[in-house]
Amino acid sequence: MPLIVKLLAQRIALGLILLLLVSGLIFVGTMILPGDVAQSILGQSATPEALENLRAELGLNDPPLQRYIQWLGGAMTGDLGTALTSGADITASIAKRLSNTLFLAFWAAIIAVPLAIFLGLLAVRFKDRWPDKLISAVTLASISIPEFLIGYVLMYLIAVKLRWFPSVAMINDSMSLGDKLSAIALPVTVLTLVVLAHMMRMTRAAILNVMQSAYIETAELKGLNGFQVIFRHAFPNAIAPIVNVVMLNLAYLVVGVVVIEVVFVYPGMGQYLVDHVSKRDVPVVQACGLIFAAVYIGLNMVADVVAILSNPRLRHPK
Amino acid sequence: MKNIPISAMIGLFFTALYFLAAIFAPLLAPYGMAEVVGDVWEPSRIEIMLGLAPDGVTEANYWLGTDNIGRDLLSRMIYGGRTTIFIATAATILSFTLGSVLGFFAAVAGGWVDQALSRFVDLVMSIPTLIFALVVLSVMPVTVPVLILVMGLLDSTRVYRLARAVAVDIEVMDYVEAARLRGEKTAWIIFREILPNALSPLVAEMGLRFIFMVLFVSTLSFLGLGIQPPEADWGGIVKENKDGIVYGIPAALMPAFAIATLAISVNLVADWVLNRTTSLKGGRG
Amino acid sequence: MSEPLLKVRGLKIGATVYPPGEKPHDIDIVHGVDFDVQKGKVLGLIGESGAGKSTIGLASMAYGRGGVKITGGEVWVNGRDIMQSGLGDIRKLRGGEVTYVSQSAAASFNPAKKIIDQVVEAAVEQNKFSRKEAEDRARVLFDKLGLPDPQNIGDRFPHQVSGGQLQRCMTALALCPEPDLVVFDEPTTALDVTTQIDVLMAIKEAIRDTGVAALYITHDLAVVAQVSDDIMVLRHGNMVEYGPVDQIINHPQEEYTQALVSVRSIDHEEKAPSGDPVLSVRNITARYKGTQFDVLHNVNVDLYPGQTLAVVGESGSGKSTLARVITGLLPPREGEIEFAGRTLSSDLAGRSPEDLRELQMIYQMADVAMNPRQTVGTIIGRPLEFYFGMKGAEKRKRIIELLDEIELGEDFIDRYPAELSGGQKQRVCIARALAAKPKMIICDEVTSALDPLVADGILKLLLQLQKIEDVAFLFITHDLATVRAISDSIAVMYQGKVQRYGGKNQVLSPPFDDYTDLLLSSVPEMRLGWLEEVIANRKMESAGN
Repeated sequence: MPLIVKLLAQRIALGLILLLLVSGLIFVGTMILPGDVAQSILGQSATPEALENLRAELGLNDPPLQRYIQWLGGAMTGDLGTALTSGADITASIAKRLSNTLFLAFWAAIIAVPLAIFLGLLAVRFKDRWPDKLISAVTLASISIPEFLIGYVLMYLIAVKLRWFPSVAMINDSMSLGDKLSAIALPVTVLTLVVLAHMMRMTRAAILNVMQSAYIETAELKGLNGFQVIFRHAFPNAIAPIVNVVMLNLAYLVVGVVVIEVVFVYPGMGQYLVDHVSKRDVPVVQACGLIFAAVYIGLNMVADVVAILSNPRLRHPK
Repeated sequence: MKNIPISAMIGLFFTALYFLAAIFAPLLAPYGMAEVVGDVWEPSRIEIMLGLAPDGVTEANYWLGTDNIGRDLLSRMIYGGRTTIFIATAATILSFTLGSVLGFFAAVAGGWVDQALSRFVDLVMSIPTLIFALVVLSVMPVTVPVLILVMGLLDSTRVYRLARAVAVDIEVMDYVEAARLRGEKTAWIIFREILPNALSPLVAEMGLRFIFMVLFVSTLSFLGLGIQPPEADWGGIVKENKDGIVYGIPAALMPAFAIATLAISVNLVADWVLNRTTSLKGGRG
Repeated sequence: MSEPLLKVRGLKIGATVYPPGEKPHDIDIVHGVDFDVQKGKVLGLIGESGAGKSTIGLASMAYGRGGVKITGGEVWVNGRDIMQSGLGDIRKLRGGEVTYVSQSAAASFNPAKKIIDQVVEAAVEQNKFSRKEAEDRARVLFDKLGLPDPQNIGDRFPHQVSGGQLQRCMTALALCPEPDLVVFDEPTTALDVTTQIDVLMAIKEAIRDTGVAALYITHDLAVVAQVSDDIMVLRHGNMVEYGPVDQIINHPQEEYTQALVSVRSIDHEEKAPSGDPVLSVRNITARYKGTQFDVLHNVNVDLYPGQTLAVVGESGSGKSTLARVITGLLPPREGEIEFAGRTLSSDLAGRSPEDLRELQMIYQMADVAMNPRQTVGTIIGRPLEFYFGMKGAEKRKRIIELLDEIELGEDFIDRYPAELSGGQKQRVCIARALAAKPKMIICDEVTSALDPLVADGILKLLLQLQKIEDVAFLFITHDLATVRAISDSIAVMYQGKVQRYGGKNQVLSPPFDDYTDLLLSSVPEMRLGWLEEVIANRKMESAGN
C-alpha cells in the first residue's frame, strides 16, 4: 500500500478512536458529580421512594459501563435519549437547532475565510508598513475582548444607535432567505470579527514562512514578477498551511457560536446547550458536548488530511 | 529600568493599577458591593462629559451610573474586578504549576511516562475547552473553588504542551549532553541547565494564560455558569445589565472596557518579556 | 581590451539590522569594491564568513537579501548601469543575462514542482527559447553535467534525487537560458568531499564548453583556484588583494592572502605508539533504537596516551556514532570499550565519576555546547567544583590558569557565551574539558564550523595543550587537511566500517584501497591544474577498466 494511503488511513482511524475516547471522557465528566441526576430533577425535598423510582426509570442503578454502552449505542444509531426536564426527544430538538447553528457558522465562514486570507496577504505584501501594523493592532485588540462583549458593543452601536439591523436574531422556517440573512447580520459580523483576527495573523505567518524559503529567492532571481512568484511558487506550498489555519479557525468558530447565540437569543445548539447546563439536564449536555466535539475533531482531521495530500514528498514517493 | 520600552511601561502601569484596585477594593469603592443607592440605570458623569447622556440630563451622582437594580456601578466594577482577577490569578497559578511541572517531567523522563501524559493531554485538548467546562459544570456545584479547579485543570493542558516542547528543545542541546556526560544529577539538569533557559518563554506565556482566564471566567459568568449573584464579577455585570443595551443604556459595556485594557496591558508586558528572551546577553540585557 | 561583461565600481552595500532589544540601525557590509569580469572568464570571490562575498554576488543581479541594499557605486552589465535601470529591465537581466546557483539546491528548488519545469522556467519566461527548445536544451545540459538518465530525470521532483545531483540540476537551471554570467554561490560547500569533486568537475566543464562567464564565490581557496581565471580576496567588506589566479596562489602579496594560502600546513610529525592504549574499542557493533540496520559494524581501534587518533569519514560513515558509543550515550549491541585499563560500562549510568572525569568531550557547535545563561567562569568552574570539590579563591585561581592556557585573559571570567567570537567559544569549551584533568578528549568536528584561519589557531592550541597536559585526542572530522595536521594514527570510516587503520604515514601512503584512494584524490589541493589532473586521471582509469 502506498505510504500516502497508509498515512491517510491512520489519520482517519486516529480521528475515530479520538471520538470514541472523547465520548467516554464526556460520559465520565458528567459522572463525577456529588449528587445525582434524580436528585437534581426532583430537588432536595423529594422523598426517598420517588428518588428510587426515578433512578430505576432512568436506569441509574445499572453499572456505569453498561449505561455508557447503551448511551453510545443509541448515539450511533441517532437516538440521543430524552431530555430530563421536558421529556422531549433530544435528537429531534437538536436536528432543527443544529441546522440553525450551521447556517450561522456557514455565513460567518463564507465572509471570514476569504477576507482573512486577503487581509493576511495584504499584511505580507506591506510587511512592517502601516497596513501590517494596523492589522496587528486590530488583532491585539480583538483577542483581548471576549466574544460576548464584541457582540454587545456592536449591538449597542449598530442595532440601538444606528438601527441598521435588529438586535436579536430570531429566525424561523417561514422567513425568506433574505429575511433570515438580515436577522443574522449582526451575529455573523461578530463571529467574523472574532475569527478574523486569529485567521489573519496565522495566514500572515504561514505565507511569510513560505515567502522566506530559498526557492522564492530562486524564483525572484529568474526575473519572474511578483504575481508569478506568488502564484507559481508560493501558492502551491502555502495551501496546506492555509487550509490548516482555516480549519483551526472554523473549529474555533464552532465554539464561539455558543456564546454569540446566547447574546443574540438565536435558536441554535449553543443556546440549547447553555440552557440545559443551567437546568442540569445531563442527557442534553452529553449529546450537545458530543456533537460539538465531533465537529471540532472532524475539522482538525480535515486539516491534517489536506496537509498529507498536499505534501509532494508523500504524493510522489521516491 | 531605563531599558524598558514605552509600550511595556504602559502595560506594567495599567496591570499594576488593576491589581492594586483589586487588592484595595474595599477602600476604593465609594459604596458597598450590594448596596442599592439610587434608581435603576441612572446616567453617569462620564456620559455627561462625553455628551452621550439623554437630553436634558446635566447632572449625575455617580461616575459610572447605577446598574439594573440601582447599585453603584463603579463600586460593582471594582469589586467585580477583584473577583475576576482573583479567580483568573488562582486558576493561572494552578494551571501553570501543574502544567509546567508535568511538562518538564515528561520531557526529562521520556519513554512511556511522556507518551502516557502527552496522549492524555491530546485527548483532553480534542474537546473545545468551553464545551468541556460546560459539560463538567452541568453536574458540579458552581462555587469559586470549583471554577478555579475546572479552569486551571483544563488550561494546564496547554501549559503542559508548551513546557514540554520548550524543555524538549533545550534537552537536545549539547550543553545538556555535556552536563549528563559530566555525571550531573537529574535535579541539576532540570533546575540549572533547563529551567533558566525555559523561564522567559514560560513567563510570557503566563501573561497570555492569565488573559485567557479573565476572558474564560467572564464568559462563564455571562452564561450564568460562573460567579453567582449577588457576588459581582465583570462577566456577571454584563449579564445583569444586558437588557439595558436595547434601551441604549451602556452599563453592560463598562466591563468590555475594563477587560480590554487589562488584557492589552498584560499582552504588552508579555510581548516585552518574550522579546527580551530573544535578545539574550546572558539574560542581563 | 573590450568593454567587460560585468564592471563594478565603488560598490557599497548596507543593511538595516534589527537587533532584539535595540533600535534598528544601518550597518555597512561592503565598503566600496571595484572589479571586472570579461566575457567567458571566471572571477573567484574568496573570503571568510562576513566578508560580504555573497552580498556582492547578488548585487550583480541588483538583488539584496532581507534588508540588504546597494548604497553606492556602479554595477555595469553588458554596458548598462543596472543601478539606474527600472524594475522591468532588472527582471530581464535576472534569469536571462545573469543567473544564480545557490549553496543549497535542496532549499532552492520548489518542492512542489517537477525539476524540468523549474529548469526551463527562466529560459521560457525571458523569451530566450520556446518551451520545447528549452526542454531539449535542459536534457543536453543534464547529460553534460553527468546526471543519470538525462532524458527523464527532469520529470522527478526535487526530493527524489540526491543532494549532489540536485546541485547539478541547479547548475543546469542557471545555464539553460544561455546567460552571459552565472553567479555560483558556494555551490559545493554543503557536499561531501567525494561528491564535491564530481560537481566541481561538472561545473568546470560546463563553463568551459558553454563559454559563459562566472563569479565563483567560496571560502575555500583550493576550490576557487581550480575554476577561476582571476581571484579577489575579501575581508570584512573590503578588497584585500585582486589579481590573476597564479599570482594569488603562488605569489600572494598581502599577509592575509599568504595566511589563507598556507592555511593548515601545520607540520606535525607522527609519534610512535608507546605503552598501553588509553582507549581500546573492541568489536563494536551498534544501531539506533527503533531502527533495523547497524550504523557501526565490528569497529576496532586503539588510542595511545598523549596521542591523536583521527577518525575520518563522510556523512553517514558512523564516525559520530562511534563517539556516542564511547561516551556511553549509545550502548552498543556487541563489543566493549576499554579505557585506562578497565572495561567501561556500556551505559552512561553505570560509569564511575572517575570514568566520566577522565573522558571528556568537545563539540562541533560551541554555540550550543555552552549554557547561554552561565558565565565563562561558571562553565569552566563547574567541573572543578564537581570533580575536585574546589571552591572560592582556589577555584578562581585555577579558572584563571585555564583561561591563560587557552590564551584568553582573566577578564573573560564574567562574560557570557553570547559575548564571545566563534573561536573564543571553542577555546572555552576546550578549557572546560581540560578542567577535568582528563586522560582523553573526544573532539567531534571541533573546527568544522570555524573559518580556516580561526580553525588553524584552534588546532595549534590543541597540539600545544597535548604536549603540556599529556592528553590523548580522539579527533573526529571529515576534513583530510585537518587529519594531516593533527593525527598520529588514522581510522578511515566508510558505511559504518573501519576501511583503513594505522599510523598516519602508513594510512596516507599507497597502496590504497579504493575508497581511501577516492577520498584522498578528491580533496582539493592548493595548486593550479590539480582538478585537470584528477579529471584526466579518472578518465584514464575509467577508460582502462
